Amino acid sequence: MTALIEWVGRLVLKIVDEVGRLTLLLATVVRTALTRPWDLRLYVKQMEEVGTKSIPVVAITGLSTGMVLALQSFNGFQRFQAESLVGTVVALSVTRELGPVLTGLMVAGRAGAAMAAELGTMRVTEQIDALASMGVNPVKYLVVPRFIAGILMLPVLTIFADLIGILGGYIVSVQLLDVNPTVYIKRTVDFLHISDVYGGLLKAVVFGAIISLISCERGFTAGGGAEGVGQATTSAVVASCMLILISDYFLTAFLY
Amino acid sequence: MIELQDLHKSFHGRAVLAGVDLTIETGETMVVIGGSGTGKSVLLKHVVGLLRPDRGRVMVDDLDVTTLEESPLNELRKKFGVLFQGAALFDSLSVWENVGFSLTQHTRLSPHEVREIAREKLALVGLQGVEDRMPAELSGGMKKRVGLARAIARDPEIMLYDEPTTGLDPIMSDVINELIVRLKEQLKVTSIAITHDMTSAYKIADRIAMLYQGAIQAVGTPDEIRASPNPIVHQFITGSAEGPIAVA
Repeated sequence: MTALIEWVGRLVLKIVDEVGRLTLLLATVVRTALTRPWDLRLYVKQMEEVGTKSIPVVAITGLSTGMVLALQSFNGFQRFQAESLVGTVVALSVTRELGPVLTGLMVAGRAGAAMAAELGTMRVTEQIDALASMGVNPVKYLVVPRFIAGILMLPVLTIFADLIGILGGYIVSVQLLDVNPTVYIKRTVDFLHISDVYGGLLKAVVFGAIISLISCERGFTAGGGAEGVGQATTSAVVASCMLILISDYFLTAFLY
Repeated sequence: MIELQDLHKSFHGRAVLAGVDLTIETGETMVVIGGSGTGKSVLLKHVVGLLRPDRGRVMVDDLDVTTLEESPLNELRKKFGVLFQGAALFDSLSVWENVGFSLTQHTRLSPHEVREIAREKLALVGLQGVEDRMPAELSGGMKKRVGLARAIARDPEIMLYDEPTTGLDPIMSDVINELIVRLKEQLKVTSIAITHDMTSAYKIADRIAMLYQGAIQAVGTPDEIRASPNPIVHQFITGSAEGPIAVA
């Protein structure tokens, strides 16, 4: 019993500690992001890392999601002759939920891991100390561009995933399952509201912030050589994914 | 003048610095010697404000580094040049971008001008034609020299060297030692170097201080240190396993 209470206590302390550190980091990010100088090249480079280079992964994820959703929901709806609603289900599920969440998880695995590993290596090889010793704020130089790239690129990738997902659903329904294309498109357009898309994009912004902050924080606090960098990377991906899933519930409850 | 006053620092309950007092006069080279893990790097990081002490002060030209706000601290840091143990070159930048980094960040010089200055500084440390290489393509000795060129890029008043010769062969060590001595003579810099390489210490030091168990055990000129009656100092400089220093 005491062991259980101890365990719970330690867990709570760890969460509070974590939230505290992320909040402090966010505060520093916001403060330093607003001060000169702004080195545009750093931002563009990170947008490429987070955004452009994630396109193939996000495309495959989106396509697969849309296609599977169409197959599964067709199977279900067929039992009560509502096949024409497949388009609606695919569009709503993808834009409200699966587009942003799966994009978030994929980017956490790709770009988040890369951020934690790169900053972790910079930490253990004293490159972060070198930055600071030359009078350059490491948070401004390293974290701000990644944070900006995260909150800008995640929504862009999500729109992309949404489109490809809907396209995947269309292909499966119309080409393989013989749903009438006109009906499919009409059902999609009739029931999909712009607020469904906006909600999903807002989620994506939050996920972008989560991924970049956690990954940078883990990298910054990495210690103990190659092993430490490995641990920081794993922990960045796991923590980002967990927080994406947890915050997704609350965002959904709050938004819709 | 740099003054460390009663510096204390603990990590996870383990005291690394336990009351360090040390004064470095303007223009002198102070070499801090001590075994691995005795807190030499920690000491050096306090001087440039990378670590904050639990207690004590670090005065650099009458400014207390330990309580400075971020922006005056960054101003003060422009006087410093730091050579890190593994050179700490930025992997993603080429050699000349590394050397010119602080110029790019803090001045309005054009890339062309920065490159020119980087080339000059690289020539000073005996490197030519490596401007466009990436750090990963350099040998250990070359990295150290590029790190040195980066540290002197803005003509610092104070140089900090973290194990400048560690991991280098004896000849390359001597090249680095020569460079450090030459920098002192040409640029009149105040320097703190930490090392456990006694050959290097004797060569570059005006005075040597021995750090052991979180405090300075002895300070003196190389000759005084050589003749020191202090058994801890004697054991360390002669490199003996026998003596008061516990060998873990």
